Amino acid sequence: MSNILNWIGMHQQTIYIVILMIFLGIEVIGRVPAVLHTPLMSGANAIHGVVIIGAIIVMGKADPHNYVALGLGFLAVVLGTLNVVGGFVVTDRMLEMFKKRK
Amino acid sequence: MGSLLTICYLIASVTFILGLKMLSNPATARRGNLIAAGGMTLAIIGTIFLYEDDGVYLHNYGWIFAGIVIGGIGGTFAARKVQMTAMPEMVSLFNGMGGACAALISMSEFGRISNKMGLPPTVTEGWHVVFYPSMIGELLIILLGLIIGSISFAGSIVAWGKLNGRMKDIAFKGQHIANIGLLLVVLVMAGYIVTIAGRESTINPVHIPLLLSEPVTSTSRVLFYFVFGLSLLYGVFFVLPIGGADMPVVISILNSFTGVAAACGGFLYDNKAMLTGGILVGAAGTLLTILMCRAMNRSLLNVLIGSFGGATAGGASGAAAGRKEQGSYKEISISDAAMVMSYAHKVMIVPGYGLAVAQAQHACHELEKLLTEKGVEVKYAIHPVAGRMPGHMNVLLAEADVSYDNLLEMEQANEQFPSTDVVIVLGANDVVNPAARTDPSSPIYGMPILDVEAAKACIVNKRSMKPGYAGIENELFFRPRTSMLFGDAKKVLQDLISEIKSI
Repeated sequence: MSNILNWIGMHQQTIYIVILMIFLGIEVIGRVPAVLHTPLMSGANAIHGVVIIGAIIVMGKADPHNYVALGLGFLAVVLGTLNVVGGFVVTDRMLEMFKKRK
Repeated sequence: MGSLLTICYLIASVTFILGLKMLSNPATARRGNLIAAGGMTLAIIGTIFLYEDDGVYLHNYGWIFAGIVIGGIGGTFAARKVQMTAMPEMVSLFNGMGGACAALISMSEFGRISNKMGLPPTVTEGWHVVFYPSMIGELLIILLGLIIGSISFAGSIVAWGKLNGRMKDIAFKGQHIANIGLLLVVLVMAGYIVTIAGRESTINPVHIPLLLSEPVTSTSRVLFYFVFGLSLLYGVFFVLPIGGADMPVVISILNSFTGVAAACGGFLYDNKAMLTGGILVGAAGTLLTILMCRAMNRSLLNVLIGSFGGATAGGASGAAAGRKEQGSYKEISISDAAMVMSYAHKVMIVPGYGLAVAQAQHACHELEKLLTEKGVEVKYAIHPVAGRMPGHMNVLLAEADVSYDNLLEMEQANEQFPSTDVVIVLGANDVVNPAARTDPSSPIYGMPILDVEAAKACIVNKRSMKPGYAGIENELFFRPRTSMLFGDAKKVLQDLISEIKSI
């Protein structure tokens, strides 16, 4: 129990961020029209591609002789990049079509 | 240097928030996407060159850049090549990649952490005592990231398979109970791994003999892979029974899952950009899921419990019974349809997935122009969930340069149907099924529909009499005012166009 309390104390900043972000995330897209549901989902999909940062850190810290770690990290970087780049490009393609009619 | 990276992350976080905000407004959406992409690029480049841990910079640059180049080219290529109709699958696939990435990060981190656990406790007393309790938190986060990431990955792949028709809905009796059981097993195992580590940390860590700590960590290592495997399995079982028509909602849920998995990574590395981005998507994705459900007038629980999946058996027999009493439908020829339409005052086009599959949006726009030249008022009635995803039809029609003013949302369209002479339904089915209003036993009962029956005549274009995506029969086709025009949407539209031109 004291462990948990300790841990909360150590990470209070992070916990505050999490709580505020939950409210912000809900607030920020609260008024989206149904037309934009798909592009918004796709855009959000690209944004959670930030995992790539974690993948880069894993890769960058891996021991150059530990091929398992290198392989895992490399795969993570490839997949993360696919998520980020593919996500933003697909979203842009969807939205490009909305723009034309204006 | 570290503070420069902090600034990069700060900017990235702000662009994510701004990007999401702008994405929810049609006028700013595209810019919002680009801004978020810019922030992401900054965060990635910053991480590669500025990240340091205890003064040590990252290495293995060759591997990192190779990974980014491969992923970048692959991602761009896939996203550029994909057909507009296959967009939802693509999003699902990319989402799965993100989930897998999060799971892989957890795996590598577990490897690192379990190596540390096995270290002989001779280093320094101070180091160990401080280290262990915080490690339990880390372990918890690693496991959470692993579980959520794997579920998201496996689920997304199944959703992808279902959307492109490679996979069928599979449901067996008691599946929900089995699913809950599976999830419980995963959680208990994860809990056990943490308790093992916890037990070690409560005994004064300095006195743990190596002999004791070694087998313990190897048990947790085995358990860890079990957790991974079972999470994947759960992801598959989670999505399998849910009907194909509900996939957009499922993708949206999995999307927010991946967001949370990414946030776990943020927790682990104390990385604010990952944390804000992940949680933001997790929260926004959850709300978006609820909004999508609301657009279909269904509850999230209803989607997840899979009333579509559960009702397929009942729906099929019901449909068979319905077919008997409804009797026959009537067909209309191309030339008759062309005639009716060109002498109408007002024509309403109801596009659906059939139009998307046939890539008929351009032909559709051409028909609209042609009729407008003849003095016919032409409008499109867009159901919020027409196609495979909310907004799918708007995107497709916008691609074909259809003016935004001609697209009517469901409420407006329903007001105008009574004054409409001809409605032409192009490959839409469930969204015009009157059973949603009249038949409480129907799985789509309660979903708002386009009231095409209110119009004077209704022409339905379909490839065959097969039921729609929800697998239920449509009474509309047997109504006296309805006539069927069979064939591929694009072919039919082209024939209609040439027929109208020759009148």
